[in-house]
Amino acid sequence: MHADVDRRDFLRLAGVGAGVVFASGLAGCASRAATPSTDFHFVQLSDSHWGFDGPAVNPESRTTLARAVAEVNALPLQPDFIVFTGDLTHTTDDAQERRKRLREFKAIVADLQVRELHFLPGEHDAALDRGAAFQEFFGPTHYSFDHAGVHFIALDNVSDPAARVGDDQLAWLAADLATQDKDAPLVVLTHRPLFDLAPQWDWATRDGDQVVAQLMPHANVTVFYGHIHQEHHHQTGHIAHHAATSLIFPLPAPGSQPQRTPIKWDPAQPYRGLGFREIERRGVAELVLDQHAVTGA
Amino acid sequence: MDRRLLLTGFCATLVAVAARAAAQGNARRIPVVARKFVFIPNEITVRQGESVVLEFSAPEVAMGFFAPELGLRALIVPGEVARVPWTPGRVGRFDFLCDVFCGDGHEGMSGHLVVQA
Repeated sequence: MHADVDRRDFLRLAGVGAGVVFASGLAGCASRAATPSTDFHFVQLSDSHWGFDGPAVNPESRTTLARAVAEVNALPLQPDFIVFTGDLTHTTDDAQERRKRLREFKAIVADLQVRELHFLPGEHDAALDRGAAFQEFFGPTHYSFDHAGVHFIALDNVSDPAARVGDDQLAWLAADLATQDKDAPLVVLTHRPLFDLAPQWDWATRDGDQVVAQLMPHANVTVFYGHIHQEHHHQTGHIAHHAATSLIFPLPAPGSQPQRTPIKWDPAQPYRGLGFREIERRGVAELVLDQHAVTGA
Repeated sequence: MDRRLLLTGFCATLVAVAARAAAQGNARRIPVVARKFVFIPNEITVRQGESVVLEFSAPEVAMGFFAPELGLRALIVPGEVARVPWTPGRVGRFDFLCDVFCGDGHEGMSGHLVVQA
């Protein structure tokens, strides 16, 4: 895509992409640095919790997702594809209501101009029925796909309510990774952090260490996840892990207070802490993260 | 006899006695009910060195008990009692939480283990 456009220059000239620009170096890429490659970019949306009702933390909960959709559509250059890293909907014990929320969410994001969408479940979507309703609307909860020389792996660490990836999926992951060169660029998408970010807040994956162990022999791995409703950047060895902001309410910094209670809505700064992320792949050796706030404008 | 050696021996005996008490079922039983979305009780006080068995039940749906700092963990399945033997070795206040997603309110389901000298 956009082979004749240097997107970074375009963004600079257009004056957009304000906010955090985080360069995620893919370590160990020197051997592939000379390999011709096509730049592309994608968008990560996460944790929209459609169906959540809590005016104190988001009085605009019925419109925030649609605003984000409109703001993605307004990007000067449309992404190649969009990934949703889970908690599309807010949990409910009512199976019928769960499907209603998934259906409504799907209808809202159908307004995205970009047609290639990849969905992952969060525990709010999938943990109470082991992903049954999610699969009816969005298909498998773990899968892989390729785009412009990058191998993307979507992992499900939420359909098991105990937050396990599980033996079957670990075996699938091993088989999938076996198809890739050790220096191939890999992007892993998931909902929960794969490392112990804050176990006292349940911000972890019980067998995440086994996933990371499988990824470690691969030189170029970056993980994008959701769940914690804020930007967070972490390294396990050479593997970078980037958490995304939410589209419903922000949460406090990991372990910063006794409870992980949502940060209340500030009328003076509406939508504060809510947003989405563009991820640009430049060459082979670099991913550039542009954070966009939901403005509500 | 060297006083330190004597003290070490005494402590070792205490630990051994506590371990034996737990093994023999003499430990204090502490029932805890895990309901949506609260542990009852959600604050549990024990003495350092005291052998206890936390006995969890979950009458509604499967729940989890996890105290990360202490390495204590259990799956609580309805209809069964999940027993967690524990002899606290250090004084302090330790968080525990439900680590099995159980619904809208799961994120606030937590408690404290308080160990007194």
